[in-house]
Order: sequence, then structure tokens, then C-alpha cells
Amino acid sequence: MNCPLPSDGAGRVTMAHGGGGRMTERLIEEVFLPVFKGAELGRKHDGAYVNIAAGRLAMTTDSFVVNPLFFPGGSIGSLAVHGTVNDLAMCGARPLCITAGFILEEGLDIGILKRIASDMAAAAGEAGVEIVTADTKVVERGKGDGVYINTSGIGECVIDETGPWRVAPGDAVIISGDLGRHGIAIMSMRAGIEFDAPVESDSAALWPAVSALIGAGVNIHCMRDLTRGGLSSALNEIAKARGVEVTIDEDAIPVGDAVRGACEFLGLDPLYVANEGRFCLVLPERDARRAVEVLKGVDVSAGSAIIGSVEQGRSRVVMRTRIGGRRVVDMLSGEQLPRIC
Amino acid sequence: MKFLDEYRDRAAVETLARQIRMRAAGDWTLMEVCGGQTHTILKTGLEGLLPENVHLVHGPGCPVCVTPLELVDAAVEIALRPEVTFTSFGDMLRVPGSGFSLFDAKARGADVRIVYSPLDALKLARELPQREVVFFAVGFETTAPANAMAVWQAAKTAVKNFSILVAHVLVPPAMEAVLASPECRVQAFLAPGHVCTVDGYRAYEAVSENHRVPIVVTGFEPVDLLEGILAAVNQLEEGRAEVENRYARAVRRDGNPEARKVVGEVFETGERKWRGLGPIPRSGLKLRDEYAGFDALKRFETRTGEVREPEACKAGLVLQGLMKPPECPAFGSQCTPERPLGAPMVSSEGACAAYYLYGGRV
Amino acid sequence: MCLAVPGLVIEIEGGEPAFLRGTVDFAGVRKEVAFSFTPEVKPGQYVLVHAGFALQVVDEEEARKTFEDLKQLGLLEDEATDGG
Repeated sequence: MNCPLPSDGAGRVTMAHGGGGRMTERLIEEVFLPVFKGAELGRKHDGAYVNIAAGRLAMTTDSFVVNPLFFPGGSIGSLAVHGTVNDLAMCGARPLCITAGFILEEGLDIGILKRIASDMAAAAGEAGVEIVTADTKVVERGKGDGVYINTSGIGECVIDETGPWRVAPGDAVIISGDLGRHGIAIMSMRAGIEFDAPVESDSAALWPAVSALIGAGVNIHCMRDLTRGGLSSALNEIAKARGVEVTIDEDAIPVGDAVRGACEFLGLDPLYVANEGRFCLVLPERDARRAVEVLKGVDVSAGSAIIGSVEQGRSRVVMRTRIGGRRVVDMLSGEQLPRIC
Repeated sequence: MKFLDEYRDRAAVETLARQIRMRAAGDWTLMEVCGGQTHTILKTGLEGLLPENVHLVHGPGCPVCVTPLELVDAAVEIALRPEVTFTSFGDMLRVPGSGFSLFDAKARGADVRIVYSPLDALKLARELPQREVVFFAVGFETTAPANAMAVWQAAKTAVKNFSILVAHVLVPPAMEAVLASPECRVQAFLAPGHVCTVDGYRAYEAVSENHRVPIVVTGFEPVDLLEGILAAVNQLEEGRAEVENRYARAVRRDGNPEARKVVGEVFETGERKWRGLGPIPRSGLKLRDEYAGFDALKRFETRTGEVREPEACKAGLVLQGLMKPPECPAFGSQCTPERPLGAPMVSSEGACAAYYLYGGRV
Repeated sequence: MCLAVPGLVIEIEGGEPAFLRGTVDFAGVRKEVAFSFTPEVKPGQYVLVHAGFALQVVDEEEARKTFEDLKQLGLLEDEATDGG
């Protein structure tokens, strides 16, 4: 049976591809199996069998609805892998395997889907995880944004639980690199901005950095990856969950030149711009300098820096501004919009 | 970044703050007129560097905040029309109308798009000849030239499917209105730097003389604001009341004549109702008759009926500097950025939103 | 509406003054800008850009003066504290 996917000549996803019959099978065989080379997926069972050493597991799930589907430095495919393996890494868990669920919009160009699948496979390979099981559904034209992806993941816990409950007054706050690349990469496509050197999304797997910290015996209290809502959301979540005041230094926060230029031009604040390959780390002050040294030795966290500290106080984030003033850094209520005022 | 970073220099800021502390003997209340200035003050924590006897109150210089409710409602109604592509600066998207905001309209299927320039809207009109492209022309004098030029170019190049919804407001009449209030405590003004870049500062000379208030043309970066505050404090301490330009790298006394010419060609002044303040004569711009064809209100029928602001919203008092946002009973409880009662809680340069986000003196 | 950002004029496309356009650089970000209101502008100058238009050429001499004055202020302060 070597007939290619019946298509209307344009190679597009149709409702029939979601029917669960031959068309669905063909879609999986032509688009996903060749790149998601995992043995388990190739067995084509309803579920996947996974062997895991006895111990504690971490699980996570994430859905990806990004528009545009492709952007400098990545795509919805690479994001879908990074997002989930990073959530596992933030639990101190080595990512083992992930699932991939696709909701495809009728009319999606199959060539685009192949590119996305290929990006996912590459990202998974680099992150050392297998895509063990997958699912596809198709919705009518107009009911989806091209493609939505959900990934869930399992990781094996390598250290004891970390989280806001372990944060203590006196702790230091570190971030693993410069802010805002992902959000600006996306926003610039919408704003018709050009760059001398294009700003690429920072989308990347964070486990190598976390693993290095663990290997060096750094005492980790809490980690949070920075995604939507930027650094502000991550720090506010920690401050509120633990009931502490987090103080950060504007001068210490790394922001690249082009990101800064774009933020000035669009009226955006880098503290709120999305990242996809950065995390913040809260740990005892005496471990902070060593942690930064360790992190700088890993590519994905080469730009690490200590940016602040934790104190007793109100559940909020305060910033010492560049000019020596102080202000509260609150969470934004919705998406940050470009402004002209 | 050149011409930005230097004006955020810590040493320069500290020098100026020290000077203000040394010079300010009396108890002085200054108003910064422009919302962009309010934004910088709160975002950088500048107020915390000033001595306790120098008070800043925030003025009505937030065009988003003062756009009348009727026009926001009209915008939403026009945006919901299936043939319309409604374009706007990002600032206006979340401002609540009587029912919806433009953001809500977008969620309900309206084709609402953020643009960075009215020329982008005009370009869209050329690219989508089958759509009616409408641009929400909100702003002070700073933005009027851009909007005027877009209309002028549309006329010159015969673009038929382009129109603007005009909500322009002018600063000097607003300052007069603030000064006319019997409860006005403002003793000096920091005039809006970029408005003056376009319009110059001649118009403030009469205001300064008639009301005996110092008016200092001020920029937007921390060093600029402190320069402006220091100049105002010096005038107050010395009993002077003059117009002074502390933003000379961007402002000349006659502003930009090219820009003013186009504004005068396309627009004329008229009465404008300010949300929270009421009608102020000759405080708004409208399209001249020759350009009336580009007026969205004439092109599309809208059913603007009775509009009523929520009782609890004190935007009017906040915009006149008579109440600080945290003093409003609804602040942070009934009224938050997620569920705003009025525009100053939504606009990025609205005083209420700035206090909510940045916290005032910390 | 007051967010106007200073940028470096990189190049200008010729044409009728009202339709004059060109490229401005903001620390590595390039954007097309209309020069209708600054028709005399030259590459290498800085302009203030708002809503897609250059509103004014930045007066670098005035900018320099501001910092000269500030330096004076700073020196006066030092003298005051030294001399005290």
C-alpha cells in the first residue's frame, strides 16, 4: 500500500485526516513516524510502555497556541518540547519521555506540519527525550490557529522537592540569562521591525543547566522558568506563594541591546516580556556565587547573574531602579501591549 | 542608547536630587501634565528621591483616559461592523466603553488590529481595497501631525476606503481648566515635552502670565524630569512666573512649523468633551469640511445614546490632580486593571494604573 | 501621547518632501520612518520618532549644554563640601 496521502493537490489537512481511519494512519506514517523515530511510537499501540527506575516521578503538561507558527530561533514544534522538558527540569527531574497531542485546523498545509514535526524531533533529540505516544485530531476551518500542540512529560526526580515553600529570607535570586528574546522575536514579526542581527527566541532546554547545579551540590530552594509574563510573573508567584518580599536590582538584570532597543521603540518593559529558555533560581546566599560560576559553564545559562535577594516583608516584588529609586514590580493583568503614550 | 541612557545616569540624577533638596524651602505642589511623565516618575521611583515638601500631582495628559465614553462606544460599534478593519494604537484597546472595550469586540470577532503609525493603517487600506479601514485618531498635539498627514496622503493618493475616528485633545485649554477649578492646588506646571516639540511653547506664555504660574517645558527621562522640577522650584522660591524650556534638545519655541502646517490644513479646533472633566471649549480637533469625507462618524452611523460613568469612578478628580489614585475608595477593590471602572486604570500612562502597577512611594 | 524615541538616521529615500521616508536605527532595531516633518534631515543625525514620524531633529549642541551645566553643578557641590 504505497499510495501517497490523497490530497486535493495542495497537500492540506482535511477533516478525513481526523477520522481515525486510513487517512489518519497515513498522516501519522507520512508526517510523524519518519521524524519521531522512537521505538515505542513505532509499535503503534494505544499507549506506550515506559521503564522507569524505582523512585519519585515528576509529571507536567503544557499546551502551545503560538502565532506565528515559525519565528526566528524556533517554531511551535521546538517550543512544545522545550516548554514541557523545562517544567520537569524546574522540579529537579531529568526529563525522560513526552507525549504529543495535535489539534490541526482543516486546511493546514501538510508541508508546514512536516516542518513542525521535524523541529519537535530535533528539539527532543537534543533534550534527550523520546516522544513515546502521540495523537491527532482535526477541527473545522476557522476553529483553530493552524495547529495547537499539547505535550505532557515524565521525569525522574534527582533531588528532593524544591518549590516556594523552601524559600527563606536571606536567599539570593539568580537568573540564567538575558531577558525578553522570545517575546521580542515574536512581537517584531508582528510589528514589521527589522534588526541588524535578528533577535532570536531563546527557546531551549534547561536541564543541562539544572543538572550541572545538582552535580555541583548547589542547594536549590526554588526554580521557576520564565515564560509568559516574563521575570515579573515568576518572581511574583514565588513571593506570593511564600509570603516574602523579593528585591531585585535593575542594574543587575541582563537585557541585550537589540531587545532593549525594540522595547524602547514599542513601549514595552523587558520585565514582562516572554522568555522560553531562561529560569530564575532562589538559593541560600552562601551558594550564590558558586551557582553562577557553574551556570556560566553551560551554554544555555552562560549569561547568568545574581539579581536580587529575599527578605521578610509583604508578598511582593520590589525593584531598586537604575536611578536609585524604588518601585513595586506587579504582575500585569493581561498581555503587555505596545503603547504610544 | 544615545539620548536616552545619559538621561538615566545615576550620578546626574543624584546631583539634581541634591540640588532640589537644597533649594526647596517652601511647600510646593507641581503638576506634570503628560501621562508619559507620570509613567516615568512612578516606574523609576523618582518621587522617592524628592524631599517631602515637593509634591507632584498628576495631570490630565493621558489622551486615552480623557477620550469621551461616547467615542469609545462609537469605536466599538464601528469595529463590530463586518466590513470594517478597525486599527488603533495599543493603548486604546482595553479602555472600557459603556459595554465593551475594543479588546472585547475583537474577542467577539471584530477585525481589530494594533498599528504603530496611522501610515500603517493607510497602507492597510491600500492593501485591502475591499475592506473599510478605520483608524482611531486619539492623542494630543504630539500625534496630530501624524494623523493629519495620513489623511492628507489619503486625499492626495485618492484612497477611498480609509477614515479616521477623531478624538484629539489639546493641552493648553486643559491646563486652563485645571487652574480654573477652585480646589486647584497646583503652583507650577511641568509642560509636556513632546507636545511642545510639535507645537512649541508660545501658547503657555499667556497661561503663565494670566495665572502667575511657572511653566517649565520638561522631557521624559529621569534627568529631564528632575531638571524640570529643579527649574520650577527655583522659580517658586524666587517668586518668578515664566515659561522656561528645559527640553531644549527637542523643543524650540515655535515647535515644528512643518508639522503644525499640516495639522492646520486638515484639522480645526472645536469643543471637546473630556472624559471625567466634561466639555472644554476649543480643546479638541475635528476634520475641516474639505476632509469631512474621511470622518468615520460621518461615514458610519452610530447609535450613541445616553452614556453614564459608574458612580464610583473618580477619574475626573484624579485627572485634575485633586485626588491621588490610592485615595479613591474604589482603588484596588472595585476598580483594578482587570475590571477597570474608568480609563485611568487601564491606560499604561493613566495615573491609577501607574499607582496600581508601580506602587507610589515604596 | 508622548512616547517618542531618539534614533539614528541611517538612510533617506529621495522624493517629494511630504512623502519622504527612510530608515532609523534604535540600538540595532531598524524601522522605516516618515520624514515629512523633517525634510532637511541627513544621515548621521538623530531624530525623535513618534507614531512612525520623525518629529524633530535632536539638537546635539543643546544636549551637550545640559551635561556641561550638570557637570558645573556637580563641581560646585564638590567645592562647597571641600571648602566647608
